[in-house]
Amino acid sequence: MEEQDKLLHEVTQREYQFGFYSDIETEIIDKGLNEEVIRIISAKKNEPEFMLEFRLNAYRRWLKMDMPDWAYLKIPPIDFQAISYYAAPKKKPQYDSLDEVDPELLETFNKLGIPLEEQKHLAGVAVDAVIDSVSVKTTFKETLAEKGIIFCSFSEALQEHPDLVKKYIGMAVPVGDNYFAALNSAVFSDGSFCYIPKGVRCPMELSTYFRINAANTGQFERTLIIADEDSYVSYLEGCTAPMRDENQLHAAVVEIIALDRAEVKYSTVQNWYPGDKEGKGGIYNFVTKRGICRGVSSKISWTQVETGSAITWKYPSCILMGDNSVGEFYSVALTNHHQQADTGTKMIHIGKNTKSTIVSKGISAGVSDNSYRGLVKVLPGAINSRNFSQCDSLLMGDKCGAHTFPYIEVGNKSSIVEHEATTSKIGEDQIFYCNQRGISTEDAIGMIVNGYAREVLNKLPMEFAVEAQKLLAISLEGSVG
Amino acid sequence: MLSIKNLCVSIEGKEILNGINLEINPGEVHAIMGPNGSGKSTLANVLAGKEDYEITAGEITYMGEDLFEMAPEDRARKGIFLSFQYPVEIPGVPMVNFLKTALNEHRKFRGEKPLTAGEFLKVMREKKALVEMDTELTNRSVNEGFSGGEKKKNEIFQMALLEPKLSILDETDSGLDIDALKTVAHGVNALRSAENATIVVTHYQRLLDYIVPDHVHVLYKGRIVKSAGKELAFELEEKGYEWIKKENGD
Ligand SMILES: Nc1ncnc2c1ncn2[C@@H]1O[C@H](COP(=O)(O)OP(=O)(O)OP(=O)(O)O)[C@@H](O)[C@H]1O
Ligand SMILES: [Mg+2]
Repeated sequence: MEEQDKLLHEVTQREYQFGFYSDIETEIIDKGLNEEVIRIISAKKNEPEFMLEFRLNAYRRWLKMDMPDWAYLKIPPIDFQAISYYAAPKKKPQYDSLDEVDPELLETFNKLGIPLEEQKHLAGVAVDAVIDSVSVKTTFKETLAEKGIIFCSFSEALQEHPDLVKKYIGMAVPVGDNYFAALNSAVFSDGSFCYIPKGVRCPMELSTYFRINAANTGQFERTLIIADEDSYVSYLEGCTAPMRDENQLHAAVVEIIALDRAEVKYSTVQNWYPGDKEGKGGIYNFVTKRGICRGVSSKISWTQVETGSAITWKYPSCILMGDNSVGEFYSVALTNHHQQADTGTKMIHIGKNTKSTIVSKGISAGVSDNSYRGLVKVLPGAINSRNFSQCDSLLMGDKCGAHTFPYIEVGNKSSIVEHEATTSKIGEDQIFYCNQRGISTEDAIGMIVNGYAREVLNKLPMEFAVEAQKLLAISLEGSVG
Repeated sequence: MLSIKNLCVSIEGKEILNGINLEINPGEVHAIMGPNGSGKSTLANVLAGKEDYEITAGEITYMGEDLFEMAPEDRARKGIFLSFQYPVEIPGVPMVNFLKTALNEHRKFRGEKPLTAGEFLKVMREKKALVEMDTELTNRSVNEGFSGGEKKKNEIFQMALLEPKLSILDETDSGLDIDALKTVAHGVNALRSAENATIVVTHYQRLLDYIVPDHVHVLYKGRIVKSAGKELAFELEEKGYEWIKKENGD
């Protein structure tokens, strides 16, 4: 047994692979937060008046709020005045070809193994690469434009399509929803905007790579996805961040609105810098992701693979307003070393015959803590609704923790809510079985963990699934052998 | 090929094997029989490199090398194969991926190029035919939901695929129906050669009708108390272990 612990200890002692800085010149405004800073952000971005009002309203709400303390997390105090709320590449470049792109940037993507060069040619994937807070590169835009699909940076959307933004922003996540959402609403720098018109199936996966790059810059992304009637889109968000010493706050907001019979698939592979083995550094990831199935028979599914961040606080949720609407949440959350994750979902059933599925796979290693927190709420009017929840935890070694906090409220008699939960330890016998077939312990653990997470990984688009599998293996494997 | 000298093994302070001596040459089939709990699986596991055991004395050389110096995966790559008494399930890991990884690890170790998916599937088809392995099974996750007999068959299927030098079959016959037993035995025999050796752990003489051993050993309380030719298996079948126990003063 001791031997096994030692082994697991070794296996889980791998350094963060994607740790590096890149030297893109950035423009940063002074640290600190007040109304003046918010006005500067809004002015720099030449935003319409309603946006400034939205921000100021959010800021005033935020001032009256407190950091949430209900999660199973130890969150060090955050000095919000020590953060700089805006960073943008010095000149916003207008590229016609990759040759004009800052070689530093290309190098960064090369290190990540996702060279833009290749991405551009990757059939069916449009890439909107976000470095720090301003979109630098958008591809496939014309193809999308032909179908009337809008896929651009949030700033651009504010210039080109202010009415759409005005109509939908804050619909899924109101400014005062929670502490971090309020903060984001006040200071968000940029992000992505996506609109799929009526009856259009988006012909490619829309993909955004997020990066945090400038030291001491809190990252406040804002994403808004609107799927109009009878439309479909699959949206990918993936990120990996450079190694750094100081904690970095990341408080993003993602809103999805699905109208009648629309379907949105939102997939995330999250690999922010988790901190070193002693738990120093690492990203604090406080994200608010929520979708509203506004229309009848609409569907929103969240798939996430979370391997990074020192602290993860994240509950991608669905509000099932439309009758017969469907919400799904598929999640793999892996924690190692001193990482802490409190993640899960909320499924709010409002419409009749609404259905939700929750599959959560937690993996804990090292001395990390991994919690699932989920709310399934069926309102009295949501008759004949269904929920199925499956929450599994896999433990590696005996120094880590796995916790499950399911909250279930059912307001009528015709609805059925099922919850299943399991906790298992990674089997020595399974590892030995693999060894006996010539497979190293490192590879065996990668294989077993990926097998455990398969149900979720299968929900990811192909190219993303491959990346996610590698990430899971990398996050656990180490210096064994 | 394999030489075990005075092997003593304990688990949690309890002595399980005390002084095993065994010589196995290429081309030979050795049967190991013995009552429940006598240490047969322990011996098999120690050969394969399972870590829970404490080796308190003795030495084992395999192909001229100190076996204890080799990691379990290296033993496998060097040709030691254990057909488990209780094969484990690995949920979510497709059989095909698992086997392809395993085979390619063996190939890499031998300095051969990895097989492509297409090449692998071709090899797999051949070996499946050899042990009449159902495609429905190889399409599942490793051993997941397999019946007892199916798991055993799957072990021999993997053995056929990996072509080991020294195969250790730990009660591969238990749980197999008569037809499956013949098929499995046929598979094992097809893989026999002058270079390979097999250790068959079994409780029943029946298997030895099909896989004919050169030597039969009786393991009792952690020692090999009797070794003879295949006739010993008949004697045990007839008389049980009482006389062995008596002979050893119990
Ligand atoms: N992990 C363990 N912890 C404690 N005792 C063990 C362990 N593994 C084996 N033993 C003990 O060692 C002894 C030998 O077990 P082993 O499995 O080698 O027997 P066997 O000869 O294969 O028996 P069977 O015919 O029932 O398969 C038994 O008494 C068993 O209880
Ligand atoms: Mg046994």
